[in-house]
Amino acid sequence: MAEADITLSGLTKQFGDMVAVDDLDLEIPKGGFFAMLGPSGCGKTTTLRMIGGFEEPTAGTVNLAGTDVTNVPAHKRDVNTVFQSYALFPHMTVAENVEFGLKRKKVPKAERKQRVAEALELVQLTELANRRPTQMSGGQQQRVALARALVNRPQALLLDEPLGALDLKLRKQLQLELSRIQADIGITFVHVTHDQEEAMTMADQIAVMNEGRIEQLGTASELYDTPKTAFVANFLGTSNLIDAKVLSRSGEMAEVEADGGARLRVPASVLPGSDTEVRIGVRPEKLDLEAIDDGSPSANGDNVILGHITDAAFVGVSTQYVVHTEGGDELQVFVQNSADHPPNLGPGRRVAATWDPTTTFAVNREESDGA
Amino acid sequence: MRTTADRIRTWLLGTWSLLAILFLFAPIFVIVLFSFNDNQGRFNFTWQGFTLKHWKEPFAVAGLGEAMGTSLLIALFTTLIAVALGTFVALALVRYRWRGRGATNGLVFLPLATPEVVLGAALLGWFLTMGLVRGFVTVLIAHVMFTLGYVVITVRARLEGMDTHIEEAAADLGAGQVTTLWKITLPLLAPGLAAAALLSFAISIDDFVVSNFTAGQTVTFPLFVYGAARQGVPPQVNVFATAILVIVVCLMFANLAWQRRAARKEGIPVPEAQPLGI
Repeated sequence: MAEADITLSGLTKQFGDMVAVDDLDLEIPKGGFFAMLGPSGCGKTTTLRMIGGFEEPTAGTVNLAGTDVTNVPAHKRDVNTVFQSYALFPHMTVAENVEFGLKRKKVPKAERKQRVAEALELVQLTELANRRPTQMSGGQQQRVALARALVNRPQALLLDEPLGALDLKLRKQLQLELSRIQADIGITFVHVTHDQEEAMTMADQIAVMNEGRIEQLGTASELYDTPKTAFVANFLGTSNLIDAKVLSRSGEMAEVEADGGARLRVPASVLPGSDTEVRIGVRPEKLDLEAIDDGSPSANGDNVILGHITDAAFVGVSTQYVVHTEGGDELQVFVQNSADHPPNLGPGRRVAATWDPTTTFAVNREESDGA
Repeated sequence: MRTTADRIRTWLLGTWSLLAILFLFAPIFVIVLFSFNDNQGRFNFTWQGFTLKHWKEPFAVAGLGEAMGTSLLIALFTTLIAVALGTFVALALVRYRWRGRGATNGLVFLPLATPEVVLGAALLGWFLTMGLVRGFVTVLIAHVMFTLGYVVITVRARLEGMDTHIEEAAADLGAGQVTTLWKITLPLLAPGLAAAALLSFAISIDDFVVSNFTAGQTVTFPLFVYGAARQGVPPQVNVFATAILVIVVCLMFANLAWQRRAARKEGIPVPEAQPLGI
């Protein structure tokens, strides 16, 4: 991991009895695109506001580029924020908005003009420099907010759900644009969002937050392929979770027994601690279905769970099945509608759900359903 | 198709509106008209011929000019003090949570709800108890006291409609509290401040009841008119009243024009001009 740009240690924020952020430790690497992802009320915005200096932590410290800034007021911190509401100054033109931060830093006029021009060019708003923000569309205002923050060349840029107020098409376009700008200028972006797809598309690293704590930190594929908690498994995409007992842990693959008696293999590396009671998971699109009319299915090394189909929904690219297993679990199965998979399996059909054991993950048993 | 009923309705509505306007404006018209009356004797109640002599010598009546000056000065100081104080009260009420905030919120409006006679009598009693010499200062204190509530209401409404993130954005960009107040908060509050100032000025300059209790030997314009009315109001009073009316109407049109310009600049669609749409 690259050197840390922002370090939070033991960061806690309480509003009365409510703990918004709970003893958070986090290192945000320099120059990356970092996302904080979670449902509303998970403490991600409060955390961002403590980094920006708008909320005072109840306990813990905020460290910015090696300096403790916990007690430094917002206007003296070398970070800039893009607010969800944009918070542009309505009585100033676009250029005056962008120039505001440079004026406060007493940057000489000639340099100011040049940097404002550069910033507006970066967000492709050069023509609108003399307009008022109130005359502009949401997407344009969002770009002004971005230019106004970036022109100061901060240590880090904090983005508080910056695309939340935009429609889907514009959001997609600005996601790409934000990624491009971040790659261009190379400063640390800390992006707060509740949209898992947005976080996965844009960020190098994602911290999934829930109830004031970080559930898991990792790249998009790490979080998706090997979620460590039931919350992460269900917040990012859909998961099938099955309670199981560990039978053996020798070698690379461990063997577990699911409730229905099915013996399944799981990569030993994903099993938490030394518990014998575990909960294993697999993504619906990793499963395959095989009709069994008589006898037993051809296993050839795959994990197999038997059951019958209770629901089948054709959605174009795939067919989504619900399989009721012999152990009493409900499995979601997404099967691609490719040539060798005619959608001919209907409800009531006995099937074997099979999958490659290496795509199995495991989550902590005590943390129940989560999301 | 316009039916007869439609025509009658339109005609009735027009006549009714005209009557209402006449009812409202007739007294004002009389005031303006009688500033040009060539009155004989003390009274100025019957039309006796056109003259400009009162307009040429507005200060001919002893004490009238001074009373007008006193009133203007009190209104000016009242406006300045009430707007400054009221703005900070409004900021404290909207932006901060503190002990006694709820009580202040209620108490600020109390002077607005209290009958002026009660207010005036209470203030008189208070000033007497404190041993203050009644005059310019006591009138000023009284006026600030009862205009403050109007300022707080007006400014508070404007503040509540403001996105608090705008001030946070200013801090984020390196502006300290004082810079944020001057560069961001006050400019955004400007329309509210202007409205509050106009209101305070208007309330102060024509106040009679509270001034009557608290003025002592000081004579304001309304007090002068009241005193003069017993022996016959000199036409110069009409001259001053007309002058104030003309100035106020001009200011209102200027304000309207300014707001329309500002709205156009910010791209807000401006409704078409309406006759008498003040």
